[in-house]
Amino acid sequence: MSRSEENQQDVVIQVTELCKSFGDLHVLRDFTMDLRAGENVVVLGRSGSGKSVLIKCIIGLLKADSGSIRVLEKEVLELDQHTLDALRVEVGFLFQSNALYDSMTVRENLEFPLRRHMAGISAENRDERVRQALEDVGLGHTVDMMPEELSGGMKKRIALARALILQPKIILYDEPTTGLDPITAREINELILQVQDRYHTASIIISHDMHCVRQTANRVIVLHEGRAHAVGTSAELSISSDPVVNSFFSEV
Amino acid sequence: MIKSNPVRALLEETADLFLFFLRFFQEIKRGKMEWAEWINQCFYIGNRTLLLVITTGFIMGLVITIQSHPSMAAFGAESWLPSVVSVSLVREIVPVITALICAGKIGSGIGAEIGSMKVTEQIDAMEVSGTNPYNYLVVTRVLAAMFMVPLLVVFGDAIALYGAFLGVNMKQSVTFSLYTHQIFMKLTYSDVIPSILKSFFFGFAIGIIGCFKGFATRNGTQGVGAAANSAVVMATFVVFIIDLVAAQLSDIFSIT
Repeated sequence: MSRSEENQQDVVIQVTELCKSFGDLHVLRDFTMDLRAGENVVVLGRSGSGKSVLIKCIIGLLKADSGSIRVLEKEVLELDQHTLDALRVEVGFLFQSNALYDSMTVRENLEFPLRRHMAGISAENRDERVRQALEDVGLGHTVDMMPEELSGGMKKRIALARALILQPKIILYDEPTTGLDPITAREINELILQVQDRYHTASIIISHDMHCVRQTANRVIVLHEGRAHAVGTSAELSISSDPVVNSFFSEV
Repeated sequence: MIKSNPVRALLEETADLFLFFLRFFQEIKRGKMEWAEWINQCFYIGNRTLLLVITTGFIMGLVITIQSHPSMAAFGAESWLPSVVSVSLVREIVPVITALICAGKIGSGIGAEIGSMKVTEQIDAMEVSGTNPYNYLVVTRVLAAMFMVPLLVVFGDAIALYGAFLGVNMKQSVTFSLYTHQIFMKLTYSDVIPSILKSFFFGFAIGIIGCFKGFATRNGTQGVGAAANSAVVMATFVVFIIDLVAAQLSDIFSIT
């Protein structure tokens, strides 16, 4: 955690001693991490270790029991609904299941957040944004298709386009490569890097896919038993002697 | 987390439903109505049930008339048939039959739709994109059901009364103008208004129970089926309860 004292002004997310439990199950126990502008942090952990719970707490979908979550200088746990909604414009979220609205076309899916947050925007401007977001993910031709007509990888890209359309400062990825074939997974990873490069977004990427970790991470946090067990670059962690860390990095 | 006790589970569900209920009024009070989605939902409800309401309304009018005919004839009161049948159709049969059709068709549809949105994280996605899913999904659907069920009931009334006209004409001969005259001599606003009023409540119950069951969906795809199913069962049950209460109330206030 020594890094957090460095560029304090650049920190976009600061999670401190976060606790969250479901009944008797303590998922997160004093979890602490930070995310700096323009950085990709991968949170690595086994299935059920509370990785998704972490980012759902950050976006306010789940209410943390105690601790502090500061996103862009705002304390998520203390925000009222209105300010929380305003904050959510700055934070994109890519769901594991993509969560595309299946009764709407791709265009309507992408327009949905725009209509909510930029009601005054002109029709041409909206079309331009949709076109731009689809081009960013390389799927300009799908604009009038329904989500069910798309393959798994394409759905993931459209979901990413929807997360990008409000040009957020932060993107939270919930297992972006799970359930995709290795080639598509690599393409998604490349897309994550492109987004980081082009828009200078900071990202938290939840994953247990080591290819994803190696390809996208500037920094890796190993989440084990509800705590940040180890922090470092993937190169640093791959030579770690810690058995928990090792169990992830020795697999590949 | 002990949920094994069925009484406790029932009480908890009732409490949850009540809170869901209260939230509806809070959202209404906040007053940010999603009109486009409301119109969409009204269209869906009408589109999905109109044909069924027409067919069942017609059959009910016809059948009730045919079956009432012998007992009316036994008292030599065949000329009373139109007025007697019209009262029972308008006051009771058409509203309840329409509500039951809507409970089956709309209640299950809402339960399954919201349930599958819930399990595929679409409701979370809405929340993350700064849209209040309760306002967008629940308020619009409930208000659409409250608007459409009474409308369908009025429509069903007309169809059922026409069915009754044909039923009357099977055994005796009445002109359409005499038939309508007889009906409107007997039917008063105190028959029609309580029936419309209670269909507002039918619509409300069907909408809110469908949404409640949808929002409470758990356990993936299997849960979606269970949500749709229990939405129908509960809505049907509540329709009868409301009907009972409405009958008692209109009796107490002697709107007879």
